[in-house]
Amino acid sequence: MAVLSEEQSMLRDAVRSWVQEKSPVTALRKMRDSASELCYDLAAWNDMAQMGWAGVIIPEEYGGSDFGYLSMGLILEELGRTLTASPLLASGLAAASALVLGGSHTQKSLWLPQIAEGSTIATLAIDEGSRHAPDKVSTTFIAGKITGNKTFVLEGMAASLLIVSAKGADGIGLYLVKANDPGVKRTKLSLADSRGAGDIEFNGAAAEPLAGGEATLEKVLDRARAGVAAEMLGSALQAFEITLDYLKVRVQFGQVIGSFQALQHRAAKMFTDLELSRSAVEAALAAIDTDSPEAAQLVSLAKTIMGDTFHLVSNEMVQMHGGIGMTDAHDAGFYLKRARAAEAAFGNQAFHRDRYAKILGY
Amino acid sequence: MSDPVSNEPSLFRDQARDWINTHFPSRLAWTVPAAAGVALTEDQLSWRAAMGAKGWGVPTWPAAYGGGGLSEAQAAILAQELAQVGAYNPIGGMGIMMFGPTLLEYGTEAQKLEHIPRIAKAEVQWCQGFSEPGAGSDLASLQCKAEDKGDHFVISGQKIWTSGAQYADWCFCLVRTDTSKKHEGISFVLFPMDQPGIDVRPISLIAGNSPFCEMFFTDVKAAKKDLVGPLNAGWTIAKRLLQFERSSISGRDAFVGAHLPQLARDYVGSDETGRLADHDLRTRIIRLEMQAHALKLTAARSRLEATGNEGPSATTSIMKNVGSSVMQMRAELALEILGNRGLGWNGDGFTSTELGLVRGWLGGKAASIYGGSQEIQSNIVSKRILGLPDPARA
Ligand SMILES: Cc1cc2nc3c(=O)[nH]c(=O)nc-3n(C[C@H](O)[C@H](O)[C@H](O)COP(=O)(O)OP(=O)(O)OC[C@H]3O[C@@H](n4cnc5c(N)ncnc54)[C@H](O)[C@@H]3O)c2cc1C
Repeated sequence: MAVLSEEQSMLRDAVRSWVQEKSPVTALRKMRDSASELCYDLAAWNDMAQMGWAGVIIPEEYGGSDFGYLSMGLILEELGRTLTASPLLASGLAAASALVLGGSHTQKSLWLPQIAEGSTIATLAIDEGSRHAPDKVSTTFIAGKITGNKTFVLEGMAASLLIVSAKGADGIGLYLVKANDPGVKRTKLSLADSRGAGDIEFNGAAAEPLAGGEATLEKVLDRARAGVAAEMLGSALQAFEITLDYLKVRVQFGQVIGSFQALQHRAAKMFTDLELSRSAVEAALAAIDTDSPEAAQLVSLAKTIMGDTFHLVSNEMVQMHGGIGMTDAHDAGFYLKRARAAEAAFGNQAFHRDRYAKILGY
Repeated sequence: MSDPVSNEPSLFRDQARDWINTHFPSRLAWTVPAAAGVALTEDQLSWRAAMGAKGWGVPTWPAAYGGGGLSEAQAAILAQELAQVGAYNPIGGMGIMMFGPTLLEYGTEAQKLEHIPRIAKAEVQWCQGFSEPGAGSDLASLQCKAEDKGDHFVISGQKIWTSGAQYADWCFCLVRTDTSKKHEGISFVLFPMDQPGIDVRPISLIAGNSPFCEMFFTDVKAAKKDLVGPLNAGWTIAKRLLQFERSSISGRDAFVGAHLPQLARDYVGSDETGRLADHDLRTRIIRLEMQAHALKLTAARSRLEATGNEGPSATTSIMKNVGSSVMQMRAELALEILGNRGLGWNGDGFTSTELGLVRGWLGGKAASIYGGSQEIQSNIVSKRILGLPDPARA
């Protein structure tokens, strides 16, 4: 565990107790069964915003607390434990990062305070195909208008501000588009992990550019990736702990199944992988906070190791629970479904292994 | 790859081809059997009736009990000819996979005559009442008890994870008939499902469907004539049945699911040299395809090496584990190939193939749990094949 400041420890404890009380896995289950349009609980989101979580990476002058990415990671980790669905990652982390890194003073003054107080949901619209490929952009920005198709936009239905990657005169860059522009058409996607996402069509929607082009885009994506990895860490830890508890209580052959070495060694392996994952996730977040030149490499490391670990733990959770793990009444399936969605988000393990290799020069 | 059956012409091949041409409704070509609980179309009914009457749904079962009476070689030719025209085998289910072969070995003449022909014609659907809440991997710790009432038993207790119980006509069930012993206190009984005292409650799976159930028994009756094997000798029969279950699962599971190289070409694309654009993924797909290839060769080799007709052995545990792991890996890779198209649950945003692969991936997780979990199969290999000591003999 990273050495936390007193404020960070207090923040983590506050999130932990809120999550336990207000947002257990049953909340996600209820949301799924109610077929909610938003795909998150509005009251819970208002709570989160009120506690300031949506403004953690936003500078104080724009309504945030400027607590940094490691702190944001702590919140996402705790939320990940119970698979809490909320726009925090898309809006308070990814979109806010784009504005902080590329926004003009006017753009920041307009949008960041609204994002920090949770009244505006903003999100990134990057991918155009079935795989994460931020350098493959056919959406265009011509004469102040965006035209093109984006797919799998997280919180794409809830967002009122879209931050879109497009090709302009100087190459790929990010652009602000209001979701209620007549040139924007959205279609909801119904996902296995019950989270909110949509496909978005832009037909000459009015847009204004953010500064920094592709370099800003990469930095923004790395922040989103590190955030997803932090959330995955919490989910994988919780899945592991639930499984470990089960190994200690389920009796077969007159003994708890955790007494069988076939399972013990696999539990030890998961624990080891989780330790490695935590190191990578925390290092990535800390590198972002200090704007280290190693941030990109550490982010790809974190997203890969965390992806492999959550993949393993979510599969083992089902397997080690036996028949009960296959039932919808048990939580294992929720972790399994979330694992694959989180693995795919902002580049899966193969994408980040390749990127890591490229950073190393081969 | 080499298989014991060549594609050589033979008299039997001509006969099989003629018969299929006459009886297989061509509208059914390349379709799959209807799911459990779904009403059959006229074509499906007529195909099932024809195969049932001929006994070719169970080609190697003795003709005296409604089977096809074919040799293994003839059965393989029949399978090739059916595959040739895209004809599925309409005779399926637990009666075929596990109960029928077990009853053929352990049943009395009267039991075989009563039950086997109806299984061969798919007139009766069976369910497997083995697992209980406290007795899964440690199946022999089962508690559901049967009391001797002269000409019948009275059964009380609970079963769980019973696949297809909501559609079943009969149940083959393990019950405790002696509480003073563990393995030697279990009996194997049969009873019809449409009688008072049976409460069947479907359970939803993570894939969204409800293929299995809980069953609660209160004073359920099983006639004495429906006891299979001697009283308290059910465990031996159950172990045999599980071998049949495992061998049918491994044969079935390993080769279902997506054709990965094609799916990858469609979704990922190729680079300028014609290789899959994602090299990392390409390596992992090929590793899986090679594993599947080696499994196929092993299945063919064990068919060749099988002397006589002793049926499946402990090696079915190896085959079951490789089969289920190949199937699960294939499903995981299919999902990865689809990318974000492999994360859909329903709705128009995804194709039915994409949604099917997601549901199949989830449902397939059960393959390393049912029929004895992957861990239990490895224990069987360690103990019975490798002769290692058993730390868990309670
Ligand atoms: C889809 C599905 C369909 C099914 N259909 C049927 C059916 O029709 N009829 C029926 O009777 N049953 C059926 N089953 C039940 C199935 O046979 C059991 O789920 C299985 O035997 C495991 O038992 P359990 O669920 O109690 O898990 P447990 O036995 O509690 O096992 C939990 C975990 O502990 C592990 N474990 C247990 N013992 C050991 C050991 N000695 N060494 C190492 N690891 C060990 C297991 O491998 C598993 O990972 C079905 C199950 C599923 C998922």
